[in-house]
Amino acid sequence: QALGAERTPSPYSARESLTPYRLVTSHNNFYEFGMGKGDPKRYAQRFRTDPWRVEISGEVAKPAHYELEDLIQPHALEERIYRMRCVEGWSMVIPWIGVPLADILKRAEPTSRAKYVEFVTLMDPDQMHGQRSGFSTIDWPYREGLRIDEAMHPLTLMAVGLYDNSLPPQNGAPFRLVVPWKYGFKSIKSIVSIRLTETMPATSWNLSAPQEYGFYANVNPAVDHPRWSQATERRLPSPLFNPDIIDTQPFNGYADEVAHLYAGMDLRKWY
Amino acid sequence: MVLTRWTAIWWLFWCAGLAPFVLLMYQVVTDQAGADPAQMLVLATGLWALRFLWLTLAVTPLRRLPRLGWLIRFRRMLGLYAFFYAVLHLLAFITFILGWRVDLVWREFTERPYIVVGLLSLLLLLPLAVTSTTYWMRRLGRNWVRLHWLIYPAAVLAMVHFIMQIRAGYAEQLLYGSLLLILLGYRAVVKLFPKKSRKTC
Repeated sequence: QALGAERTPSPYSARESLTPYRLVTSHNNFYEFGMGKGDPKRYAQRFRTDPWRVEISGEVAKPAHYELEDLIQPHALEERIYRMRCVEGWSMVIPWIGVPLADILKRAEPTSRAKYVEFVTLMDPDQMHGQRSGFSTIDWPYREGLRIDEAMHPLTLMAVGLYDNSLPPQNGAPFRLVVPWKYGFKSIKSIVSIRLTETMPATSWNLSAPQEYGFYANVNPAVDHPRWSQATERRLPSPLFNPDIIDTQPFNGYADEVAHLYAGMDLRKWY
Repeated sequence: MVLTRWTAIWWLFWCAGLAPFVLLMYQVVTDQAGADPAQMLVLATGLWALRFLWLTLAVTPLRRLPRLGWLIRFRRMLGLYAFFYAVLHLLAFITFILGWRVDLVWREFTERPYIVVGLLSLLLLLPLAVTSTTYWMRRLGRNWVRLHWLIYPAAVLAMVHFIMQIRAGYAEQLLYGSLLLILLGYRAVVKLFPKKSRKTC
């Protein structure tokens, strides 16, 4: 389904060659639909994304259930070309289409007690076979969180499409988060709940392996994951015999925009 | 030369062992290896190394079963295929993921415990592959059996290497871990409770 996004280049867009659509839509970590990178494309095609309801709740003046189209309708869709850095050491450049999260949150009128935002993915084991697995290390549904200033940052996008199309199911249809300066797992897919909270919300990977994944998960070449060096990354598509290995940038190259959010914080401790 | 039944079966095993390699090559050449062929090849060759190692270990228990004694003739080939896929696994990682960049290779093989464990497992298999010939069996005599006992620590290290990579699920690790426990457990039972005399039954 084609989306009419504004085509004028966003000042927030990266000027790098795009990862082809076929790759962006066939290489996904979406464990609700399987463990392999190709599994989500294989198993998510019949995922029902219409109708889709999103609850905005917690520390807001106007908590509400929205039909997704009512949530998106009042806002102009924008195209944002973002680098996407996976914690596993590969990266892509993806043209997302969406709405800044700040615009959506403002409509719900966060209260002064809103310090964090918690996001939750749909829980539907009938459609998502990964949620039925008895051998999962993740306690479903998948959940993620941001600090309120991170959530209100203009780079933080709620995506409903990529390239010129609405999001394919394997990429988190119909409504997902994109936070380009954090590892990909922060950008939670197929969201049904956005809750503003006073305390730091629990996040799925942090619950599963706290020594490996922190709450912040900012891209940081100086802090390695126990299994993956974060100093370099492989940009996909990467030729087999001449892998496209590039140096990873602090905050995934968005340091000018976001480094000030973490002034004074020890990023080795708050990984 | 007369094609005996045994040479026919030998070639059958040989082709079956090579089949995963041929299939992987075919997938890469025809662009059916997914969005990241590098990672796919590393994972697939590692898993095949593990499978052939487990098959090698399965020969001893299976050959005791009625009419399966002939399996022993193919144990060497299975073991060599395990080594073959383990070497491919290492080469695929260094070539496709690290691009033979010396700084990256040094970093990965000194700083990543799961990679060190995997490398140790492969290094233990190396002398077994080298001494797998009839010449070395004769030359080493009883020491050949002692040396080839190293397959047990190699298999355990390979399993640890696999377990250290558990992420969102552990179904595969549970499967291969259970099979290894059965394969090693069988040997422990046989050693601890030897049959007093086969004639009594």
